Amino acid sequence: MNSFRGFVIKEFKQIYRDTRTLVVLFGMPVLMLLIFGFAIRNEVNNAKIGVLDLAKDEVSSAIIQKIAASKAFQLNAYLTSYDEVESIFREGEIKEIIVFEKDFARNLSRSGSASIQLITDATDPNLANIVQTYTNAIIADYVQELNSNSIPDVGIKVHSKMMNNEELASVNLFVPGLIAVILMLVSALMTSISITKEKEMGNMEILLVSPLKPHHIIIGKVLPYLLLSVVNVVTILVLAKYIFQVPFLGSYVLFFAESILFIVTALSLGVFISSVANNQQTAMMVSLVVLLLPTILLSGFIFPIESMPLPLQVISNIIPAKWFLVIVRGIMLKGSGILIIWKETAILIGITLIFITFSLKKFKVRLQ
Amino acid sequence: MSNIAIETDALTKTFGDFTAVDEISIKVEKGEIFGFLGANGAGKTTAMKMLTGLLTPTSGKAMVSGFDVFSQSESIKKNIGYMSQKFSLYDDLTPEENIRFYGGIYGLDQHQLSKKRKELIESLELEKVRKKLVGSLPLGWKQKLAFAISIIHEPNIVFLDEPTGGVDPITRRQFWERIYQVAEKGVTVFVTTHYMDEAEYCDTVSIMVDGKIEAMDSPDNLKKKFKTNSIEDIFIRLARVAKRGDR
Repeated sequence: MNSFRGFVIKEFKQIYRDTRTLVVLFGMPVLMLLIFGFAIRNEVNNAKIGVLDLAKDEVSSAIIQKIAASKAFQLNAYLTSYDEVESIFREGEIKEIIVFEKDFARNLSRSGSASIQLITDATDPNLANIVQTYTNAIIADYVQELNSNSIPDVGIKVHSKMMNNEELASVNLFVPGLIAVILMLVSALMTSISITKEKEMGNMEILLVSPLKPHHIIIGKVLPYLLLSVVNVVTILVLAKYIFQVPFLGSYVLFFAESILFIVTALSLGVFISSVANNQQTAMMVSLVVLLLPTILLSGFIFPIESMPLPLQVISNIIPAKWFLVIVRGIMLKGSGILIIWKETAILIGITLIFITFSLKKFKVRLQ
Repeated sequence: MSNIAIETDALTKTFGDFTAVDEISIKVEKGEIFGFLGANGAGKTTAMKMLTGLLTPTSGKAMVSGFDVFSQSESIKKNIGYMSQKFSLYDDLTPEENIRFYGGIYGLDQHQLSKKRKELIESLELEKVRKKLVGSLPLGWKQKLAFAISIIHEPNIVFLDEPTGGVDPITRRQFWERIYQVAEKGVTVFVTTHYMDEAEYCDTVSIMVDGKIEAMDSPDNLKKKFKTNSIEDIFIRLARVAKRGDR
């Protein structure tokens, strides 16, 4: 036990003395959170739009009013004919033009259907998509209102409601993903690098010749990173809550338990990589390509899994971060308890056990 | 108790169809300095790794400090010290911290640790640099420290894998004086080297070529047998026929 304690103390000293490691450990999480939180936003604020109202009746003006009242949009232009559309987009200010057909209200009352055309400037396809989705949501909302009242009482009440993430605030969705990325980075990447460093410098040989058992070596290497990762989770949570006002509806105990589970997953991956890689560069490349990229791209962090082609959707199932993301989004944004997320938790535990078995086996094989 | 520290019988290690160590049989007496010579790639390090329990032999027999390398490697580990080619100190720790860490790994308690630490810092003349990081020390100092650390738990046998690579003759000379001191206390020293002048310091010398031991005797007897007055001469004669080049 004495020797084990000495091991952990030594590990902390080494981390503490290596400035680069410290920067990655503590600087990166904060930096990433700030960048993702402030710079990369999926929601729309005050997107400038135009209207081409060929009907000019009460229904069309009600809808226009409703759209203009949304925080997402700013009604900047009233067009009089189709010919103006192209030139307005060319100026680049206006992102979307809403076109109401002639006799909009009459069509609606006579045949029960009338059409609105949404023309978006797709030079920024992502933004165009979001703007369209927003507009659709507002119109759908209006139609629902119409249907609930038999008399077309339009009113001025603008009411748009989406579940769970009312403002579709991207930072709320980013934070759980970011926790996953940072834990992968700190736990898996840093551990695999630090273990391969022992190998590269020849220290591992001495450790293996010593009476220390292999599992002591692994736990001794991994424990400091487990603690530091927990510190990182706390940091991100505090920043998210106080700088970005991300809601936290669920249980903190459950959240930390799940986080530690995910950290253990990442650590076992790190150990596994270090048993395959013989030097720090290889460990780093393998970690980045095999762990970090899928965590960012295939976990649903940035791109929704539902919109991926089927093969990628299947692959995403073996990405631990995918399950962790569902869990954390559930806990933070919906207040889900263990009864709701037990399935994802079980899958995560399964993946973790598989990786631990693999890496222990691999580590032992290498001794022979 | 027998007087034998290390004994192997047809010890062999193959990697796929490559035979790194080919049926070597050696006998090392207690308190002996055993020189293990060979060109690069001759199989010295592989042989040493088998004796220290880092590698499992493919076939043959080997006893180290009275324990079988196949079944009792845990007991062997407690009785041997090992200094690898890379000295294996932590560059980002101070000499003191290195001593404390490795001492701790070998199960020394706090009391023993602080005693050893004081002793080593003093005898290695490291007082001035004890708070500096090992990475900033000259190579010769690192080697001295690594050697001292490899015997911190007072093992019966110490394995040194090319301990004096890359330093000047004076530093090498000093290093060998330490080896003698340790051997005088009854510790068996098993050392690989490239330097033929170092071979002269050994009680027994074995020369390995292509995984086989081609000659093994005291330096004086070897010279008589090969009718020459330098070990280097013998080595070159034997190693010239080697088929394996540098690896």
